[in-house]
Amino acid sequence: MNETVKKHSKLGKDKWGYIFLIPFFVVFLVFSFYPLIQTIYFSFFDHYFSQTDFDYVNKFVGLKNYKALFSAGTARLFFNTMILWVMGFIPQILFSLLLASWFANNRLRIRAAGFFKAVIYLPNLIMAIAFGMMFFTMFSRGGPVHQIFESFGMSKDYDLFFHIAPTRSLIAFINFIMWFGNTTILLMAGIMGINESLFEAAEVDGASQFQVFRKITLPILKPILVYVLITSLIGGIQMYDVPEVVTKGSGMPMNKDIFSTNVPAAETVIMRLAQYISKSKNYGSAGALSVMLLFITGILSFVVYKFMAKDED
Amino acid sequence: MSKKIQSDLIPNEMNQTEAAPEETSLQAIAAEEMLQKNSGKSPYTVKKSMGMGTIRVIAYLVLTALSVLCLIWFYLLFINATRSHSQITTGVSFVPGDQLLNNLKKLQNSTLDFFRGTLNSAIIAFSSAILNVYFSMMTAYAIHAYRFKGRKAVHVFILAIMMIPTQVTSLGFYRLVVDTLKMKDSFIPLIVPSIAAPVTYFYIVQYMKSNLPMSLIEAARIDGCFEVSILNRIVLPLMKPALAVQLIFAFVASWNNYYMPAMILSSSKKRTLPILIYTLRAATEKDKDLGFQYVAMALSVLPVIVVYIFFAKNIVGGVSVGGVKE
Amino acid sequence: MKKAAKVLSLVLVLAMIVCCFAACGKDDKAEQGKVLNIYCWNEEFKQRLEELYPGYTKDSSDSNKGKIGDTTVVWNITPNEGMAYQNALDEALKNQKDAKADDKVDLFLIEADYALKYVEPSVSMNLADLGINVSKDLANQYKYTQDIVTDSKGNLKGASWQGCPAGLIYRTDIAERVLGSSDVATVQEAVKDWASFEATAAKMKEAGYAMVAGFDDSYRVFSNNVTSAWVDKDKNVIVDQRIWDWVDQTKKFTDNGYNLKDSLWGQGPWKDGFFLDGTTFCYFGPAWFIDFCMNCTEPNSVGEAGKWHITVGPEGFFWGGTWVCAATGTDNSELVKDIILKMTADTDTLVKLAQKFSDFVNDKPAMEKLAADTTIGNAYLGGQNLYGVLAEGANKISIKYASAYDQGCNENFQSCMKEYFLGNATFEEALEAFKVKIKAAYPDVNVDTIKR
Repeated sequence: MNETVKKHSKLGKDKWGYIFLIPFFVVFLVFSFYPLIQTIYFSFFDHYFSQTDFDYVNKFVGLKNYKALFSAGTARLFFNTMILWVMGFIPQILFSLLLASWFANNRLRIRAAGFFKAVIYLPNLIMAIAFGMMFFTMFSRGGPVHQIFESFGMSKDYDLFFHIAPTRSLIAFINFIMWFGNTTILLMAGIMGINESLFEAAEVDGASQFQVFRKITLPILKPILVYVLITSLIGGIQMYDVPEVVTKGSGMPMNKDIFSTNVPAAETVIMRLAQYISKSKNYGSAGALSVMLLFITGILSFVVYKFMAKDED
Repeated sequence: MSKKIQSDLIPNEMNQTEAAPEETSLQAIAAEEMLQKNSGKSPYTVKKSMGMGTIRVIAYLVLTALSVLCLIWFYLLFINATRSHSQITTGVSFVPGDQLLNNLKKLQNSTLDFFRGTLNSAIIAFSSAILNVYFSMMTAYAIHAYRFKGRKAVHVFILAIMMIPTQVTSLGFYRLVVDTLKMKDSFIPLIVPSIAAPVTYFYIVQYMKSNLPMSLIEAARIDGCFEVSILNRIVLPLMKPALAVQLIFAFVASWNNYYMPAMILSSSKKRTLPILIYTLRAATEKDKDLGFQYVAMALSVLPVIVVYIFFAKNIVGGVSVGGVKE
Repeated sequence: MKKAAKVLSLVLVLAMIVCCFAACGKDDKAEQGKVLNIYCWNEEFKQRLEELYPGYTKDSSDSNKGKIGDTTVVWNITPNEGMAYQNALDEALKNQKDAKADDKVDLFLIEADYALKYVEPSVSMNLADLGINVSKDLANQYKYTQDIVTDSKGNLKGASWQGCPAGLIYRTDIAERVLGSSDVATVQEAVKDWASFEATAAKMKEAGYAMVAGFDDSYRVFSNNVTSAWVDKDKNVIVDQRIWDWVDQTKKFTDNGYNLKDSLWGQGPWKDGFFLDGTTFCYFGPAWFIDFCMNCTEPNSVGEAGKWHITVGPEGFFWGGTWVCAATGTDNSELVKDIILKMTADTDTLVKLAQKFSDFVNDKPAMEKLAADTTIGNAYLGGQNLYGVLAEGANKISIKYASAYDQGCNENFQSCMKEYFLGNATFEEALEAFKVKIKAAYPDVNVDTIKR
């Protein structure tokens, strides 16, 4: 190709790069950026629907909404969310590591690996609301799982959802079922990237399976593990559908552990945000809570970025 | 954002999809080999086979148990969808009942319009998936094929906003839709925003790196094609495998979405399946019929399961790369 | 120039004449709109209007439309879950002034729990301003149904076609075994006030029965009879003494085993009590509760065996009901007025409603006639005529204290106190949680005034 022709065409064509970016950025500016600015703006206002005046109150109040969040037990909401996430994440990462190392192990040769992978990934695609509703129906009194528990001696009248530990465990369990398949596949891809000769050498040296896992697999998997951890954490902070449907939006039963304010044990940050926005139309508080959320996910994302960048060197 | 991981993942993903068609025959070979090994022909494996053998047994046991744990709920769900309310309350059953038609009839007569809900969900999910995938491809193509000023910055910017949870902007979004655009109870605010989908963009731009050589585009340009038709006639067909997987992901994500639709849609004619399912949880009186509830839940998860049965391999393959999804 | 002026004046005169004729062609009332918008959350009122309003024709192609004469009726149905109906209605009423004539809200429906939110502000029309003579046209209605939709200045702003007076529904077989007799007089004596109610609960416990199934069965009985509103004029939240009474009683019942530690609509003991092998003595509820919620058509249910009876109970109370309000700014005031009169105050229509939909209709003479009719009997109640008991109950209801915040306060108070009864929280913790919930729901109220 002639050098000048190429250069000429390039210069002319490159404006198309900008043109093709227009749809993305117009939609982003209208439906994400402008709303974000508005959200931040609202957080400095007393902005809510007054029941008695039948209109919106809109008054600048500075940082009042942020201060008010603390008395509204927001720290507890974050704590709840984290408890629910951790309870699901620990079994999730353990089983995923185990399964991924098995799937990727050439010596083990798991038959029908494709089938197993497909099965454990399936729950990730199921509507979380339907999944939560399904579990609620099955575990509540009169439901099939409750009936199975009864045959093991649980009282017919015992309502799991009246108690803190069963409610939290069930929500965590649903999250575990929904996500361990996904994590397994991510980790597996990481393990398969490890040079096969490393394993072989270790085996010839007489290393046990556990030693191989600890000394070779884990260190090499570290970046992807951190990645899985942080993205799962960011996902965990957004936990909403499952606890919302299981507790019918109430987050009950109530619990108090290390914080003085008593809020429901399964009420998550996003459940409160949804309540502020669409149930009580308390936009000022909703704004402050959103900004807090943005701040926290921002920090977490930055950690991922830093970690990955460092790893790349 | 996480380039290290992508470079790790891409080759593996390629391996997977390439190996996929042969998987069954490979499995057969693997099985044969395993049999041979277990019969103790190779002196090398004899030494280790005890340990491996035990682990293998454990592995199968654990895998089977976990698979049961994943599937049993759907089994119970579908079984109970075929049983009447009183049958369900009397006890667990692992064999189907004969009340499926009856339950479906109840579904049809209910004030909760599940068939309408299915249609609404399908309209929203399908339109947003199409927009999502097409415009993500366009955005990715802009970054991949042109060397304009600020290209790198735009790429980094899109990756950075990928991590912002949609909920953070939901307050402003809700007010924009309800107060400014007056579009409450409309599908449009649930469809159009999917044009800006950083996650899909991320996946496609990666795919282009390894599957869309610049020389091809140059050749098309010399043939006198316009930029838009290069995108539609040459790039699009080449991107099909990646687009298909992303189309499924986008469809499923929209189909399952509850948070935004529950805020925007309110009238009984406009509600989507997740909203209707949620109303079952809130139902207190007359419509607390379990046969009806199970058949409704079954209806809402069935389409995704059916799609999954056909495309499981592609979807699982796509996860390793597009795994950043929430 | 002159000619032009002449032509112009001629045109003006002609225009005036045309206008005059056009105006004379209509009657002297305000111009009526072409579209009647009705806001509601379910099909209840729609079915009744379709069935009984003279001249209503359904639109065969669109189930959410109909016609009355030349006017198109549009049903804007937003289901109630998660405040969706109120949110939709709030938006519509807030935009009422700027809305196009065909989009204006004309009629909207409300429930008692949040009635004042729409009754107190100017979004709802004073019925007198519609041309309804309240004391004459609506004289047959039960007083309590009017109290609920009367604003603080004494203006009536809505009307209902039904009353939902409720009573204490008890099991005759258990009454016979424990109280010696199942007749209404004996049982009413045993539950005539809360002290007697408690004494009877102790007897039930001794005999192996539970007085009530859940914590919140009796909540409405107490909350209907409060002596102050949840939120006062200065926006302070106040928990009424009667509400505290409920807490004390329920705590005592829970500790003593007089209830089965369930909640309303629970799928466990609360529901089991509807069947013969259940152990619950009584429930509190109106007529619809018996007909639709007590599983009376199912085999082995108490209702199927006809072993329920109803009595007035410790205090009068109601549960449910739907009120029709006219929206300020309606462009169909004539039709709106006529619908309200026909559907809530016309004895013939109401009698038909009672027959067709088994509503307890809002017409005292009609209901008293039914109550006196010895040929009427409810099979689930072993042939008892429930209208007598309910009509008596309806006269005992008096709703004096309400606020726009009642719904959120009542719901959150019950759900927080449930945690106290269950032992998940101490009383102070439960109250603290209630304050947090109320503050989140209503940022403008002061919760520091809540004290025991």
